[in-house]
Amino acid sequence: MRKTQEIKAALSALAPKLIPDGAEIHDLVRLSGGASQEIWAFGVQSGAGLSTPLILRRSPGGAATMSNAAIGLRMEAEVLKLADSTQVPVPRVAYVCAPEDGLGEAYVMTRLTGETLAPRILREDAYAQTRGKLAAQCGRALAAIHRMNTSTLPALPESGGLDQLARYEETYLSLDLPTPTFDLAIQWLRTNAPAPRSPALVHGDFRLGNLMVNETGLVGVLDWELAHIGDPREDIAWACVNSWRFGNSDKRVGGFGDLEDLLAAYASAGGAEISPKEIDWWEMLGTLKWGIMCMIMYEAHRSGADPSVERITIGRRVSETEIDLINLLEQVSP
Amino acid sequence: MSRKPTAEELVAAVRLFLKETVRPQLEGHAAFHTKVAENALAIVARELAQGEAAEQAAIASARALLGTDEEDLDQLTRRLCEAIRTGEISLATPGLLTHLRTVAVNQLNIDQPKYSGLALATKS
Repeated sequence: MRKTQEIKAALSALAPKLIPDGAEIHDLVRLSGGASQEIWAFGVQSGAGLSTPLILRRSPGGAATMSNAAIGLRMEAEVLKLADSTQVPVPRVAYVCAPEDGLGEAYVMTRLTGETLAPRILREDAYAQTRGKLAAQCGRALAAIHRMNTSTLPALPESGGLDQLARYEETYLSLDLPTPTFDLAIQWLRTNAPAPRSPALVHGDFRLGNLMVNETGLVGVLDWELAHIGDPREDIAWACVNSWRFGNSDKRVGGFGDLEDLLAAYASAGGAEISPKEIDWWEMLGTLKWGIMCMIMYEAHRSGADPSVERITIGRRVSETEIDLINLLEQVSP
Repeated sequence: MSRKPTAEELVAAVRLFLKETVRPQLEGHAAFHTKVAENALAIVARELAQGEAAEQAAIASARALLGTDEEDLDQLTRRLCEAIRTGEISLATPGLLTHLRTVAVNQLNIDQPKYSGLALATKS
């Protein structure tokens, strides 16, 4: 708990910069979730006694992230600020930490109220209405993300479908955890790659877990660390990867909605006209990427970079992506 | 007592301890990791029960597919990966998807028997 006290002390020194007349930090607690980053919830009280709920997001020094494509928290804060100026619901950045603040790479943002836990969103009665319209809301949010003008931002990494396939294949081979299903998927994806669509800002991790909802619908798109310039179909397909349907396989979008609804809302909000069939290749790529991410997390444990029980256990989720890839490959099998 | 505690019993005891004693005293991140630790022990318990049979089935299936006498599963797996990379074996090869499905289903029955993709794969 020494760490909690250190963070509290660092935040206390920052209090006046977080909210006007900010004085006292209270109820600091590390939240679960956010495997590659630390997320802390806390409140800051003003001199007049008014409390504001905030979130601190920080990168523990040197720890391995889920993907080597992460843009870093400073850049993430810049993307969030830009998103905040559009129709995309996001938390507001309150403060980006400087090295002398003693929190490492970190920023503070407003704490939205809502639910992010997929099993609750998918199964609790309170979210029945939300589930009915979430696919369309996701379509509109994605259209807004993909139309964002990033010319005011520092350069973001660029990666299209085949770039990602090549990068993940290289990682897969270097990890030396051979699984024939992954090799078969790589071969098929390479041979059947679609022509790229116009490059756009891609969120990079748009799925349940990173979407906050309340009883009336989508209230926040979170976790922008994998944002990049790429093919907009990547985001749509990532939300469809079976792992992110959390058991509701029959609902292709996140276990809650139909892809047709998402795509219709996407197009009517200014996004491109995309057919469900176009998402297939990207869904297989997404499934493969998640499988290799699971291996990367096992490697983080194996190498000692992050020896947590969570990292090594995720290594046993590789078989879930194998079965999903086999199910997808069966659909395209000659 | 006529025998020593088995590996199965030890794993079950530790898992119960984490669930009933440790986790209720924790919150946030630490409680989450404790739940993950319980899941890890559940995987170990299933592997103790099913691991040997799954490995033998994978070996037999890979040997039939590759037409070889090789007995080491790691070698068989590497050989199959290599054959797919060179195009010697492809999606059009009879028996390939059946082999991959058999191996993945057995592994998922150990790793995560409630996974939705497993139900889909065994239905077809």
